Amino acid sequence: MPGKLKVKIVAGRHLPVMDRASDLTDAFVEVKFGNTTFKTDVYHKSLNPQWNSEWFKFEVDDEDLQDEPLQITVLDHDTYSANDAIGKVYIDIDPLLYSEAATVISGWFPIYDTIHGIRGEINVVVKVDLFNDLNRFRQSSCGVKFFCTTSIPKCYRAVIIHGFVEELVVNEDPEYQWIDRIRTPRASNEARQRLISLMSGELQRKIGLKVLEMRGNAVVGYLQCFDLEGESGLVVRAIGTACTLDKLSSPAAFLPACNSPSKEMKEIPFNEDPNPNTHSSGPSTPLKNQTYSFSPSKSYSRQSSSSDTDLSLTPKTGMGSGSAGKEGGPFKGLLRQQTQSALEQRGGSPHRFCRRREFPFFTLTAFPPGFLVHVGGVVSARSVKLLDRIHNPAFVGIMGNTRPYKLLDWNSFNSDEPETRDAWWAEIRQEIKSHAKALGCHAVVGYSESTSICEEVCILSASGTAAVLNPRFLQDGTVEGCLEQRLEENLPAGCGFCHIPYDELNMPFPAHLTYCYNCRKQKVPDVLFTTIDLPMDATVIGKGCLIQARLCRLKKKAQAEANATAISNLLPFMEYEVHTQLMNKLKLKGMNALFGLRIQISVGENMLMGLASATGVYLAALPTPGGIQIAGKTPNDGSYEQHISHMQKKINDTIAKNKELYEINPPEISEELIGSPIPEPRQRSRLLRSQSESSDEVMELDLSHGKKDAFVLEIDDTDAMEDVHSLLTDVPPPSGFYSCNTEIMPGINNWTSEIQMFTSVRVIRLSSLNLTNQALNKNFNDLCENLLKSLYFKLRSMIPCCLCHVNFTVSLPEDELIQVTVTAVAITFDKNQALQTTKTHVEKSLQRASTDNEELLQFPLELCSDSLPPHPFPPVKEHLESASSNSGIPAAQRATSVDYSSFADRCSSWIELIKLKAQTIRRGSIKTTVTVEKASPMGEGNFRNRAGPSCANSTVGVVKMTPLSFIPGAKITKYLGIINMFFIRETTSLREEGGVSGFLHAFIAEVFAMVRAHVAALGGNAVVSYIMKQCVFMENPNKNQAQCLINVSGDAVVFVRESESEVVPTQHPTANCQPACPGGEVTT
Amino acid sequence: MTSELDIFVGNTTLIDEDVYRLWLDGYSVSDAVALRVRSGILEQTGATAAVLQSDTMDHYRTFHMLERLLHAPPKLLHQLIYQIPPSRQALLIERYYTFDEAFVREVLGKKLSKGTKKDLDDISTKTGITLKSCRRQFDNFKRVFKVVEEMRGSLVDNIQQHFLLSDRLARDYAAIVFFANNRFETGKKKLQYLSFGDFAFCAELMIQHWTLGAVDSQVDDMDVDLDKEFLQDLKELKVLVADKDLLDLHKSLVCTALRGKLGVFSEMEANFKNLSRGLVNVAAKLTHNKDVRDLFVDLVEKFVEPCRSDHWPLGDVRLFLNQYSASVHSLDGFRFQALWDRYMGTLRGCLLRLYHE
Repeated sequence: MPGKLKVKIVAGRHLPVMDRASDLTDAFVEVKFGNTTFKTDVYHKSLNPQWNSEWFKFEVDDEDLQDEPLQITVLDHDTYSANDAIGKVYIDIDPLLYSEAATVISGWFPIYDTIHGIRGEINVVVKVDLFNDLNRFRQSSCGVKFFCTTSIPKCYRAVIIHGFVEELVVNEDPEYQWIDRIRTPRASNEARQRLISLMSGELQRKIGLKVLEMRGNAVVGYLQCFDLEGESGLVVRAIGTACTLDKLSSPAAFLPACNSPSKEMKEIPFNEDPNPNTHSSGPSTPLKNQTYSFSPSKSYSRQSSSSDTDLSLTPKTGMGSGSAGKEGGPFKGLLRQQTQSALEQRGGSPHRFCRRREFPFFTLTAFPPGFLVHVGGVVSARSVKLLDRIHNPAFVGIMGNTRPYKLLDWNSFNSDEPETRDAWWAEIRQEIKSHAKALGCHAVVGYSESTSICEEVCILSASGTAAVLNPRFLQDGTVEGCLEQRLEENLPAGCGFCHIPYDELNMPFPAHLTYCYNCRKQKVPDVLFTTIDLPMDATVIGKGCLIQARLCRLKKKAQAEANATAISNLLPFMEYEVHTQLMNKLKLKGMNALFGLRIQISVGENMLMGLASATGVYLAALPTPGGIQIAGKTPNDGSYEQHISHMQKKINDTIAKNKELYEINPPEISEELIGSPIPEPRQRSRLLRSQSESSDEVMELDLSHGKKDAFVLEIDDTDAMEDVHSLLTDVPPPSGFYSCNTEIMPGINNWTSEIQMFTSVRVIRLSSLNLTNQALNKNFNDLCENLLKSLYFKLRSMIPCCLCHVNFTVSLPEDELIQVTVTAVAITFDKNQALQTTKTHVEKSLQRASTDNEELLQFPLELCSDSLPPHPFPPVKEHLESASSNSGIPAAQRATSVDYSSFADRCSSWIELIKLKAQTIRRGSIKTTVTVEKASPMGEGNFRNRAGPSCANSTVGVVKMTPLSFIPGAKITKYLGIINMFFIRETTSLREEGGVSGFLHAFIAEVFAMVRAHVAALGGNAVVSYIMKQCVFMENPNKNQAQCLINVSGDAVVFVRESESEVVPTQHPTANCQPACPGGEVTT
Repeated sequence: MTSELDIFVGNTTLIDEDVYRLWLDGYSVSDAVALRVRSGILEQTGATAAVLQSDTMDHYRTFHMLERLLHAPPKLLHQLIYQIPPSRQALLIERYYTFDEAFVREVLGKKLSKGTKKDLDDISTKTGITLKSCRRQFDNFKRVFKVVEEMRGSLVDNIQQHFLLSDRLARDYAAIVFFANNRFETGKKKLQYLSFGDFAFCAELMIQHWTLGAVDSQVDDMDVDLDKEFLQDLKELKVLVADKDLLDLHKSLVCTALRGKLGVFSEMEANFKNLSRGLVNVAAKLTHNKDVRDLFVDLVEKFVEPCRSDHWPLGDVRLFLNQYSASVHSLDGFRFQALWDRYMGTLRGCLLRLYHE
């Protein structure tokens, strides 16, 4: 009996009138947990009853505590007839089960009814007394913390990142049970809500057990999804990353929040450091080499593919026929071989985790510094499956049990069944793994899985980013391990992750490799696609922007297998087209890398939709993207030629305009790097390039097949014309607006505290007459563009602001309906400071370039001396930079560099040039070191100013919601637990509730309200990493009916405003460097 | 391609003040869109008409959903569904209860019943205010009236507490409730020159001095109903005009005091008895409900109009009224000094406000 759950029902308010005669209600409450039910007294004739009940005590085992929700039902007492239900509240008590989170749940919860929506509120207090249970064979996993956040949560430190955990439970969907024919919609909805709540609880508990098995204590990047398979059942599945996290001891000693999340993480190793001396006593081995010795890319050679071509991977045909790869036969064979050899070779390699874990996947999208060594590119896999009834012989037996709701565990009951959902996913994961191998990567980061279901066909998709990770975090490392890491981290200098992990000599696809534009030492691809967030240390030029590829394909209506075959035949073309669109749009923006790429393929009765969203950026390390060349197929026609050249001009203009818009100005960077204004920057950059190409160790010329920078679009028919047109129709956001689908906007890092999270849903009905692919594409494109335009318009009062984490999902609820759901957060930023910080950023990149180019011998020396406690190397320097840029001192810096300009001009070899650059920068930074001491008070003042206004708009009782893992201008001090809620709403009076829009609007508002209420009851004031995972909307206007299912999740947190936490006296040197520094709190 | 569904839900409910105004003014979505287009918003923001349409629809839907809560403003504060910053909540409430001068003048003093509601059509045509807006304003009046009608305690405080209105607006509503309850006639042609503000001012004075609340703060309806006993007693004042000696004495006292100080002295002297008779008779008639309703008509007929026809400056009116009420204290034979002060103190304030040069 390891737990006692105590519940007290305090009061109700705003109850609906249940008795028409008296206009009042005789309310009482049933409190149910497991099979035990308690009741309060009836509070007669009041809409604001005060029950003030005794403590209802449930004695339960912790397994139940994890699985079961607390169910509170408010009823209206009726003497003569059956009591009427007013509504229910489900409370997930999981947050009470681990020590650091909430200790009590207490507050007003909206009383929810699936037919009527919210009907008043009820005040409840819930407590749990847990007894220690030493039973080794326990089935519960109390104490494992769950986070939706896809990075190491603030106020925690990652000791070890263990890796991938996944689990899946299956049950029959109550909506499709025979009993559903005789029960009310309300009963059916409630059965479903309750079942899913139970299944989530069980899933979480099981994942927790796996984590404990791995000796972890937390799951980060926990993503739970429902597959409503209809007749064949209900699947709840979850993936996450098991970690061992340490709570950072004194939240009071925290730095005021940096404005971006990942920056903060860098401070973590420092904070935890018990002895500052270990900095210098850490391993002083040649660091750079060390990094690479861990990389498997050196240990065995293998086939590779370019980062970006990997999108067109083999979708499989249904029936689980294994890899029926249509196009990739030989390629796949190779992959298999690779995997094989990799497995063989791995024996002696230091990658213990690879051996230990089946799938080296990480659901994280942002990482502790130094974790990510190289990024290979996006890997994805899709598979089309036919859904079969999940027949389960064990089910009948369970039904007769005392716990009729006991869930089925697919794994335990059906492990010998070949066609399980588990096996499907395992197959896909295997494929992802082998793709990653092909890219020379031993891990996949930013990993996610999704499904799209239409009737009995289901597309399973998985995608991630192949990467090489630093194994230190993955071992059972110690603090020292992290410290070493900390030192090493300075070496890749913001470009390391771009360097190719694969072998350039052995690429199956032509890819344009060049030497890294940052360090000039390693090869980089010409474009980089990833599913992760932009690493914090990445050097970016200009700002980023949201890039979307949208695509529709008509499909014949078909049944079962024919349908599955048709879909799997279409998939490769869709993937290819989506990829081409992304590439073209990226080039049109003048950018060279995509982050946060998410490709969604949805299946409907008669069409497939593809929607890819990503954030484009210009990575300084990658080459400047070439333009887009248009080539006509019929050159003899004069007017046609003219048309082509007109289009070409338009495209070139757009590229130029976009470069200006997003402040992409790479040649000037090189100028500053050299330190002198060179009259023809363009020519010079080309010079650099050609030199690098001609240097004899580069294989690029052979591989590129003479294909130059420019991307050629051939216009051979009207389709292609349409494509080009559609490229040009994407309008940039109005001025003052930026948008991205990553956590933070590259190039902006001075957020102010105003945030507005929102969900917007649109459904359009296609006219069935003109259903051609073109018309469809246009409709879909317009839908998305108009939606974005509406968002910009609605949020115009927040300008300057950025839409972050823009998350589009598309679904095809019915024949001619397209539904697009967008959740995002608008964050305001300070325009003036943006300029400064970007400057700092650029300077920082210069710095990085310089340090990277210096001789290794010099570097550790400098590092050691700099990393002494009072002057941690990166913080001070960056502080200096920011301070200097604040006070206009860079002029001095430039002044020093001018001396070298004349030399630079004359340099014939680029290597020499780089060396000079390095020197110049070093001198420059020394110079600033001197000047900055004077400048620092100003920097400080500036910082204070920024923190100032944020306190003004903090009001009591407000619960913020954001899809981001942080709250701008605030510091998260406590994680209270995961919020994972599932609601169904149904109506039989659609017109009366304002039609479909009114119905859904009200429902989403109610969902927000219920999330906020739960967070507030946990004692929190915000939800971070909020996500609306599902919004399934069905309507039947003829019957005046509609139904909607929504599933949301997030992390409940407590945050304090930066200005409030600033009250804690901070020492001057540290306080000064906080705004910009990653080094953070020094152990003084 | 037709849009089936189009919604935007923010964690913080977005309130567009301009759209809110259009909604309150009762414009349909299409009219509102047209008006917004005319305001040049498309040029400012580069948005399209479709965007504007969608945005307007969305705001209208939000307002429609909020309307239920606005009917009981404390609910808006405590509800959990819409997260709205307090300042915005205040704005929503204040604007919702704000009324048009033209509209209130039409219904002020009328019975807030269904019968009157049928007249809303006419009012709408007459004032150019949309019927929808008229409905909202009328319903607001009625709702406030219903809630505070039978409450004890200060009328303004009650309104403020139950509707969370600003002090100014709560006072206006107090006046509306007071007028509706006592059914003062305000619609006569003679009274057309008076603004709502004039009436509200009078209402406030009357509430302060002539209601039950003025003598006893622990009664129901204390601020809404006039003190019946007081009105009965007012008959006693008749002696001031009925008794010839008293009237003459009163006149001579006033004339002596004002000689040389009044530009319109001769007119005053000539009119004194008429004016005094008018004022005292108004008082004496207040025992009948019918005459209470005609209070303002009588005051304008018996006092304001005669003075205005003689072109009294406002300053002279003030001097006269001051002297007129003060001189009564020197009339030894008059026993109802306190009553006179309660009556005349308020009446003097009202008359000065009602007198427009």
